[in-house]
Amino acid sequence: MQLVLEKRTERSNTIALVSPLIAIGLTIVTMTILFAILGKNPLLALHAYFIAPLTDGYSLQEIAVKATPLVMIAIGLALCYLANAWNIGAEGQFLIGAVAGSWIAVKTQGTDAGAWVLPAMLVLAAAAGALYALIPAICKVKFGASEILTSLMLVYVADLLLDYLVRGPWRDPNGFNFPTTAEFDPVATVPLLIEGGRLHLGSIIALLVVAAAAILLGRTIKGFEIRVVGAAPRAARFGGFNANQLVILTFAVSGALAGLAGIIEVAGPVGHLQPGISPGYGFTAIIVAFLGRLNPLGILIAGLFLALTFIGGEQAQIAMKIPLDVTKVFQGILLFYVLACDSLILYRFKLVLANRQVTRGAG
Amino acid sequence: MPALQRMLDPTPSGPHSGESPLLRTVGLTKRYGDFLANDSIDIDVWPKEIHALLGENGAGKSTLVKAIYGLIQPSAGEIRWQGERIVLSGPAEARSRGIGMVFQHFSLFDNLTVAENVALGLDGKESFKDMSARLEQVSKTYGLPLDPKREVWQLSVGERQRIEIVRALMQDPKFLILDEPTAVLTPQEADQLFVVLERLKAEGRAILYISHKLEEVKRLCDTATILRGGRKIQTCNPRLETAASLARMMVGGEIKEVKPAAGRKTTIPRLVVNDLTLAPDEAHGVRLAHISFELKGGEILGIAGVAGNGQDELFAALSGERLSKDPGTIVIEGVAAGHLSITKRRKLGAAFVPEERLGHGTAPRMKLSENALLTGHAASGMVNHGFIDTAATLKTVDKATETFDVRKAKRDPEAASLSGGNLQKFIVGREILRNPAVLVVSQPTWGVDAGAAAVIRQALLDLATAGAAVLVTSQDLDELAEIADRIAVMFHGRLSAPLEASEATREKLGLLMGGSSLEPKEAAHAVGA
Repeated sequence: MQLVLEKRTERSNTIALVSPLIAIGLTIVTMTILFAILGKNPLLALHAYFIAPLTDGYSLQEIAVKATPLVMIAIGLALCYLANAWNIGAEGQFLIGAVAGSWIAVKTQGTDAGAWVLPAMLVLAAAAGALYALIPAICKVKFGASEILTSLMLVYVADLLLDYLVRGPWRDPNGFNFPTTAEFDPVATVPLLIEGGRLHLGSIIALLVVAAAAILLGRTIKGFEIRVVGAAPRAARFGGFNANQLVILTFAVSGALAGLAGIIEVAGPVGHLQPGISPGYGFTAIIVAFLGRLNPLGILIAGLFLALTFIGGEQAQIAMKIPLDVTKVFQGILLFYVLACDSLILYRFKLVLANRQVTRGAG
Repeated sequence: MPALQRMLDPTPSGPHSGESPLLRTVGLTKRYGDFLANDSIDIDVWPKEIHALLGENGAGKSTLVKAIYGLIQPSAGEIRWQGERIVLSGPAEARSRGIGMVFQHFSLFDNLTVAENVALGLDGKESFKDMSARLEQVSKTYGLPLDPKREVWQLSVGERQRIEIVRALMQDPKFLILDEPTAVLTPQEADQLFVVLERLKAEGRAILYISHKLEEVKRLCDTATILRGGRKIQTCNPRLETAASLARMMVGGEIKEVKPAAGRKTTIPRLVVNDLTLAPDEAHGVRLAHISFELKGGEILGIAGVAGNGQDELFAALSGERLSKDPGTIVIEGVAAGHLSITKRRKLGAAFVPEERLGHGTAPRMKLSENALLTGHAASGMVNHGFIDTAATLKTVDKATETFDVRKAKRDPEAASLSGGNLQKFIVGREILRNPAVLVVSQPTWGVDAGAAAVIRQALLDLATAGAAVLVTSQDLDELAEIADRIAVMFHGRLSAPLEASEATREKLGLLMGGSSLEPKEAAHAVGA
């Protein structure tokens, strides 16, 4: 008896939908074993991870707040990945957006600048993120440099730049030498949706981004170009689509969205610029993009799910002393299973009775 | 009914009675998923026999020989070698038993020399020097001249095939499989190959010869086994059959005759190429040199030539996948277009069908409607203010389906799920439905079943009759003879002066394909005249 992978004649849409669920199921099984090895009660741990955050209003809002940057970044990454452009540096573009937007907030601090401040911060952050993403894109198009490496390396540049600014020129003079800027003025802050709550306007922007991406990919010729260039580069050239232009375009859009997410995070839930504003949103968004099948709606769901693991991880740490790094292990295992399950979209398992000796009809 | 009698007696008796066949397959079956590539096939191949394996693309010829050569394991049935049942672990074991194979697609390294390539393909442990000496000796003995020190990229396709044949012969095989060996040869080169094969036969070896060229099989082969749809239809003596009766067995019915174009009128020049010269864009690519021709509406120009002589480069230059610096080198509908993108050329009324269906002509994992959009987005009203008109793309699919008899499992399947013939009908249909003024087609019926090939050739003739200029590149001389008004030959990136179809004999074309009597000056000035 032999188990073989067999190519399907046409991709299975059912599996395309079910595969993330299978992956989540397998991840939970693996995590259960891991919790048991750590000497924790797996049922309690899973409850802390996946059920407890859903039971109170504060945690629910917090999930939406965490999902906001994940979804916005992942949408941009999905555009890149569909076009076969591998932007791994969204984390850096997120930080650069945060820095650029904060510049306006810092410069207008304490002045009577009006309501233009926040919109200007958003625009500048998006522009800065886009420009930062264009560096690897142009290096790829002009010199053939691997965008995977260059975009990733630029993450550390952005990280150190932010570190320098908050420890140096932008440090809050009244901040007891902590590496942080002063709290942003109200005009430089993303407004809350619920008074006294956590949910802010950024979540609405994220929803608009999801809708726009769904229309772009499903209905427009530009979205079609992006998909063809990734799926069949030679056919795309035959169709008259320029792959290099699309690398530039998708990187720019993806960088802009990451930059926007960065300033929304800083001017929203955080309220000032400081190191550690991101628990790795730019990297986790890669998982969100794939778990969501590079599909805008799927990314929205996947973003909420991954946000749940962040909140759940905190709860598990508080309640059961499970290290926070377990969340990262969880996310890594999840990506692994998602990619593995994806092979079932184009292949299927088949049980083959012993080879050669079988009579006709059994093969 | 003689056909029925022959079927009742599948083993040709006579010269072989009493001996045992060199190779016999019994009920050989290969299954891929739900698909039966080989369905219980029995064949016998005897020493001193050239045995043809005839069939259309997809009939199961390649699957059968891959099983015999140990590349795949049969799902059922068995292979008997000299009367003894064998299970091959792989090609190395097949070779050690005396089974050799020459593939249609060569497996050679361009940057290595002939001798190095041969050494890589041999299993033995002899020194490189001894091997080189043996290589020269074998190539001399069989009249297959090769210079062991030359690098492969410098060689013609015919010479590359010689390397493969010599490599197989150096193992002294008792049984040699050749997969469509003449597909890449000029008629003269094919004649030389036949001499070698006759000689191998006289030495007592057996040859399994895969082909779909009937005249060739009638001329060369002692026995022919015809496959269709994975089954063996019959084993017969091809010399006692006519080409038409062989074709019927291959296709399983009469093939629709392609109606020649009666009373087609040529009009204004619609595609003009003026002294087009283009450096290759990749290592070992072909440089296009001083190509000139003029193609009028209502006319079909055929371009013959052995593969790899610049046909791909010419297609890329004409389509705009590669741009020329000088706009005037390519003129479409009176507009200098050498510098224009493929989209702009489509807007001028040009349409293109590349050789490779999957991955070039279509995105394999995308739906037909999306593949209609791939080339239709520029000039077919499928896009409104950047938004896709899905209804219009589906309408193109339906219309192509109806007009060109595209058979598919559902209304809008993925391109990759269609058979080669049906996908090609869709691709040609997609372009013809746009009513192009100029159609450039590369290998229109390559790997396509006879029924679909007839539909496609008829469609090209009808398009020309309707006034379009059609340029067809093909390696199939019979196809060009059937549809082209004039035929030119590509050799080493140059194009010969076109011959009127009535004067383009196989001998003349063969000479041009081999590079003889090419007069570039005359070709270059043909347009100016």
